[in-house]
Amino acid sequence: MVRYILKRLILSVPIALAVSVLCFVLVQLAPGDPLSLVLPADATQAMIDQTKQRYGLDKPLPLQYLYWLGNILTGDFGTSISTGRPVLSEIGIAISYSLALAGLASLFGLVLGITFGFVAGYRIGTPTDKIVSAIAISGVSVPHYWLGMVLVIIFSVNLNAFPAMGAAPGAHPGWLEQLRYMMLPALTLAAMPMGIVTRSVRALVAETLGMDYVTALVARGATPFDIFLHIAKNAAPTALAVIGVQMGYLMAGSILVETVFSWPGTGLMLNGAILQRDIPLLQGTILVLALFFVVLNLIVDIVQPLLDPRIKRT
Amino acid sequence: MSERVAPLLDVRDLNVAFSGERGTVHAVNGVSFQLEAGRVLGLLGESGSGKSVTMRALLRILPENRARISGSIHCNGRDVLALNRRDLNSFRGGDVAMIFQDPGVALDPVFTIGNQIADTVIRHKGVSRQVARARALEMLDLVRIPSARRRLDNYPHELSGDMRQRAMIALALSCSPRLLLADEPTTALDATVQIQVILLLRELQKDLGMAAIFVTHDVGVAAEISDDIAVMYAGRIVELGPARDVIKRPRHPYTRGLLASTIHAESHGARIAGIPGSPPDLARLQEGCAFAPRCTLAGPECRLKGPELAQDSPGHHFACFRSMP
Ligand SMILES: Nc1ncnc2c1ncn2[C@@H]1O[C@H](COP(=O)(O)OP(=O)(O)OP(=O)(O)O)[C@@H](O)[C@H]1O
Ligand SMILES: [Mg+2]
Repeated sequence: MVRYILKRLILSVPIALAVSVLCFVLVQLAPGDPLSLVLPADATQAMIDQTKQRYGLDKPLPLQYLYWLGNILTGDFGTSISTGRPVLSEIGIAISYSLALAGLASLFGLVLGITFGFVAGYRIGTPTDKIVSAIAISGVSVPHYWLGMVLVIIFSVNLNAFPAMGAAPGAHPGWLEQLRYMMLPALTLAAMPMGIVTRSVRALVAETLGMDYVTALVARGATPFDIFLHIAKNAAPTALAVIGVQMGYLMAGSILVETVFSWPGTGLMLNGAILQRDIPLLQGTILVLALFFVVLNLIVDIVQPLLDPRIKRT
Repeated sequence: MSERVAPLLDVRDLNVAFSGERGTVHAVNGVSFQLEAGRVLGLLGESGSGKSVTMRALLRILPENRARISGSIHCNGRDVLALNRRDLNSFRGGDVAMIFQDPGVALDPVFTIGNQIADTVIRHKGVSRQVARARALEMLDLVRIPSARRRLDNYPHELSGDMRQRAMIALALSCSPRLLLADEPTTALDATVQIQVILLLRELQKDLGMAAIFVTHDVGVAAEISDDIAVMYAGRIVELGPARDVIKRPRHPYTRGLLASTIHAESHGARIAGIPGSPPDLARLQEGCAFAPRCTLAGPECRLKGPELAQDSPGHHFACFRSMP
């Protein structure tokens, strides 16, 4: 098992490198000249060349990439063009907000998805199943901004229960206060994973219930609770994989929700960076989010064989 | 069969019907038989004749929302069809255990063999996990799984087919049931190990003094291990009697066909259909004997009314109007 984990860890290094190349190239490919924001419109060729030299932009692309990578490995993500602060500290603040939001959203998505999935899977084909499945499909297909606005209208405007915008003000707001601010964006963000987790857990549970070993368990006098434990353990590895991927999407996919709710996370920051052509910030944020995906996959790959003896860990 | 002592298993007029889109499937129709403690009943019949459904009805493990069971089942002093949830759970696996056809799918893939046995023992005997583990080890030794201690922590997929079936047997016997239901326990195994597993089962059955019902397609196996043989057709028992009698002097034309097909298969080394035609649609059973459409002896009376199971020689019953000795 230790060897498997080591192997998997080593394997993720080239993956992370490939991700960094992709981040770099993608941003290079993006239309628009990053210098146009720094330089006045009537800059002379000499000025342009000089600036290019200063930013290392006169070097060939592979060399530029190596410089960039070298800097990043030493923790230097550059300086944000729009705020003038170091990119790393900008990302650090934003990512803590995003992680908190994604964490709460995954918790909602998981708890609701697993509960709904089990309820529907146990009663497949019944009206209960149809209602739950309809909720799950809505969760996947309803647009985030629409759901966000509906939630705001209900809980913020009409019931005045939760704030509609931003994070809790002040330098050190209480966590309960922060939770109130996170409620609506987290619920909105949870809709999609809730739907997907429901669908996959429902299918898994229904399939497992039809297995011969469940009949065999009943034939040995297993109680419904015993059977539930067996089903849960059988469904866990697959459910975990689904959930892991969904959490990755939550981090990256929060751009819309964070924009709708003005939540100061990476999504909102990415939005700003794109609009302002803040290349260092953009590159850094995308890289960190992509690496987050890599780490998440790594965790899933390591935990899954722990849960499922059928997966060979070599 | 003795009339004085109450038999271990007493099944009377058992009917099982499944409701579904295709209409009602009458899978078991008026099955009655008794089984004394420590004896072995071989259950023979073509595919779809209701053998598995009968076995599952005995444990009440048919899908509750679709299967209608009527008649009466008494086993080990319990009225099975009247048991409540709790008693049913102690009955299943405790009084009566079942071995399934394919151990590859009847064992939970994500639990170790040792834990599956221990869980069952804990459930029924209320002992500690340690005691239950010891019992699991004892059982694996009993079914002659090599290096049993190591196998306790194996998952089913880490065992070969016959080792898995041995583990399944160990699991079934772990709570000392009075009756063992074995539904084609070797069909999924390689031919070379089938006979070993059968012999093991027979030996354990004798040593432990259990009664057993063996479902099989193999007349030879049935003859070898059974005290009595019951032949099923279209959800009915058409012939029932001491194994030797039924094999030597089959009275029902269906039993004769069944035996003939096996004998031919053996002597010519090829499979020959002993009985032309195919079994009736259980959703559309006609009046009269269900075998009549395939029967060379059938006369007009066979299509009007179904024959009842009647005694021929002591203990030998068959259901046919036209059978000649
Ligand atoms: N859960 C079920 N729902 C509906 N019909 C069923 C169900 N289980 C069995 N049947 C039907 O009952 C009939 C008898 O099936 P059964 O499995 O008892 O046959 P069998 O004698 O065991 O055959 P085989 O030798 O192939 O195992 C079949 O027609 C089958 O389609
Ligand atoms: Mg069967």
